[in-house]
Amino acid sequence: MSAATNETSLTGADIVLKALRDQGVEVIFGYPGGAVLPIYDALFQQNDIRHILVRHEQAALHAAEGYARSTGKVGVVLVTSGPGATNAVTGLTDALMDSIPIVCLSGQVATHLIGNDAFQECDTTGITRPCTKHNYLVKDVNNLARTLHEAFYVAKNGRPGPVVIDIPKDVQFAEGTYRSPADSMPKSYRPQVKPDLNRVEEAIDLLAKAKRPIFYVGGGVINAGPVASQLLTQFVRMTGYPCTTTLMGLGAYPASDRQWLGMLGMHGTYEANLAMHGCDVMVCIGARFDDRVTGKVSEFSPNSVKIHVDIDPSSINKNVRVDVPIVGDAAHVLEDMIRIWKARGKQPDKAALAEWWEQIEFWRARDCLRYDKTPKIIKPQYALERLRAAISGRDDVYITTEVGQHQMWAAQFLPFDKPNHWMTSGGLGTMGYGLPAAIGAQVAHPDALCIDVAGEASILMNIQEMATALQYRLPVKVFILNNQYMGMVRQWQELLHGGRYSESYSEALPDFVKLADAFGGVGLRATEVSQVDDVIAEMIKVKRPVIVDMCVDQKENCFPMIPGGRAHNEMLLGPDEKVENATPEDGMVLV
Amino acid sequence: MTARYAQSAPAIERHTISILVDNEPGVLARVIGLFSGRGYNIESLTVAEVDRDATLSRVTIVTSGTPMIIEQIKAQLGRLVPVHRVHDLTMEGPFVERETALVKVAGTGEKRVEALRLADVFKARVVDATITSFVFEITGQGEELDRFIGLMAELGLVGVSRTGVVAMSRGPGGI
Ligand SMILES: Cc1cc2nc3c(=O)[nH]c(=O)nc-3n(C[C@H](O)[C@H](O)[C@H](O)COP(=O)(O)OP(=O)(O)OC[C@H]3O[C@@H](n4cnc5c(N)ncnc54)[C@H](O)[C@@H]3O)c2cc1C
Ligand SMILES: Cc1ncc(C[n+]2csc(CCOP(=O)(O)OP(=O)(O)O)c2C)c(N)n1
Ligand SMILES: [Mg+2]
Repeated sequence: MSAATNETSLTGADIVLKALRDQGVEVIFGYPGGAVLPIYDALFQQNDIRHILVRHEQAALHAAEGYARSTGKVGVVLVTSGPGATNAVTGLTDALMDSIPIVCLSGQVATHLIGNDAFQECDTTGITRPCTKHNYLVKDVNNLARTLHEAFYVAKNGRPGPVVIDIPKDVQFAEGTYRSPADSMPKSYRPQVKPDLNRVEEAIDLLAKAKRPIFYVGGGVINAGPVASQLLTQFVRMTGYPCTTTLMGLGAYPASDRQWLGMLGMHGTYEANLAMHGCDVMVCIGARFDDRVTGKVSEFSPNSVKIHVDIDPSSINKNVRVDVPIVGDAAHVLEDMIRIWKARGKQPDKAALAEWWEQIEFWRARDCLRYDKTPKIIKPQYALERLRAAISGRDDVYITTEVGQHQMWAAQFLPFDKPNHWMTSGGLGTMGYGLPAAIGAQVAHPDALCIDVAGEASILMNIQEMATALQYRLPVKVFILNNQYMGMVRQWQELLHGGRYSESYSEALPDFVKLADAFGGVGLRATEVSQVDDVIAEMIKVKRPVIVDMCVDQKENCFPMIPGGRAHNEMLLGPDEKVENATPEDGMVLV
Repeated sequence: MTARYAQSAPAIERHTISILVDNEPGVLARVIGLFSGRGYNIESLTVAEVDRDATLSRVTIVTSGTPMIIEQIKAQLGRLVPVHRVHDLTMEGPFVERETALVKVAGTGEKRVEALRLADVFKARVVDATITSFVFEITGQGEELDRFIGLMAELGLVGVSRTGVVAMSRGPGGI
């Protein structure tokens, strides 16, 4: 295609590809079908954009999420009408909940057939309206380019999220004019990125006067780009204050730093949760006071003044009332915070801070992630500790997870010193996320080590993606902590349902080593402690897709745990504690 | 230092919210889906194009909830892509609120005369009449309409059609 000007007439399918190219898209994840054949035809006739053929449309979305989260770019997906679009719904919802920028193109039946229950017709914009940030049905080829560019703008600006563009087949064939990205700004959507400086001044005053401060940091800092993590790290170190991160915020602050208290929330650390409970000034940056984090809202951090930085005004005062709301992009706000802190010559209250750290170190000394070491049976925590040892010092490791106990253990035991190296389904908690997400990350970083920490139940939800990994020679590693249970379900049944393990046993499991083999990958198994290191070393050495069947203790539970509806100071620390006698530690909290 | 907000049980408030949106397909579904999906109340919702050149529509919503919920509703509306502006008229000073109803009453004799007399009192217009029926058009505050319709219930009310509330701020400023 020649260097087309704005006035060139192109087919809809060519407009799609030109727009993607102009948006800098290098790869799309998709699956063909009747309603997108013109676009697939156009794809065939060009070499700039690579297409990764997944084996299920849900996986296309998760792969695009893994690609997006590990690069900071927009992930792009192409699916057909009807079942292609409905299969995409889980992935779209996942991206919406976790604020991942995605543009998903779907085919639609020809415009004159819409509404007729035509073959493979579904109301895609109707179905996806509540699970996208925005969506479009393009009925006129002359609106196609503008809509595509607007979709990218919407997906990545403000709070990121998934955007669907539904394109009827006749529009893909029709000829129309192209428009450049610069001509295609949305009329109304202008999210606020620069904060109100008076609020920032107010926040800095409160922070400097704090006696028991804490930074509570979430995925929004990752959304704001690596510079936000650098600014956060700089600011936290300047103040000397403690910092905790959510599941989605892991990597926003270096995990190896003393000032990091670990993850907070339901399976967060003792020190992080008690520090949240006992703090007097909380500064929340890019986190959304999720119920997994707050526990019982009425008892959440009862004595603190709360500062909340978020790009989305609807995240502020949603679950928890805050005192100083700051709407803006985390990077911009942190930059202003650092500048104002310095300009006003602020200093932390050294004596109070020393006392606060003394209290925190006392909590930290409980060593809440401790577990019983066994000579033979592999504890899942042990397997992850050995994995951590094997990858330490490398900065080209990308970890994804499925959903369950293994996910929480991965969050607790693996080291995240940098943003964009950790991908997990936090908001929706989608089993089946991890393998396609690892594939997406591997596509973006072909030489990196991409590991999906999996459960034996979750992995079966998108196991077909092994074929995708093989086809594109993507050496992803599936690290299954095989406890033969839907462990997270079993844990709740044990703690809250009298040990009645209803339907949570993983019956009739496949032989994962043979399964890897059947796909053309490599299968490895460890059944006792002595084999763990060798299996991990072999997994890392092999430059092909690998499934590791790590046969772990079937009965291990994930601690600490704040049972649903309980407060931060009602945490269970280990198997000997029961839900009823979760002891309030109010006395200890009051410094 | 203590938190500035006590988290005590807050009162339910009624708010009239006016939003300017792009008049494009699906925009009303987005607004309504937001309310149903998140469990907010809609007491009344009206929509019509108000600027043909710019293809803008105004949606007026009467809703109720705690102050925190009202704040959420406005924030959620504000982040819909086709929404240009969200105004909480209840918060932004004095405003006028009007609603129109068509009220059909059937009957003869004394009841028919009484219906017509009351319509006069309420400044309702007769927009259709037969020997045995009237259709009245009444415009005013919601409660005024409620009262009129209540009275007609005694006098042969057949049916009611209401527009829902439209509203505008008082004074020269925009909305
Ligand atoms: C089995 C299971 C257990 C879980 N247990 C825990 C747990 O123990 N602890 C835990 O923390 N989570 C846990 N989660 C995850 C939890 O459900 C939520 O997904 C998570 O807590 C939300 O993280 P977040 O608050 O960082 O927000 P995110 O979902 O990452 O949202 C980001 C926030 O930042 C804002 N934002 C986006 N971009 C920017 C920007 N540029 N600048 C500023 N703000 C921005 C957004 O508007 C949003 O409010 C668990 C999930 C599962 C599946
Ligand atoms: C698609 C989907 N269905 C159901 C659930 C509920 N669920 C959460 S964790 C879990 C069990 C996961 O088992 P496994 O993958 O073996 O992980 P483990 O907890 O044993 O580590 C289930 C069923 C879910 N999160 N996602
Ligand atoms: Mg399991």
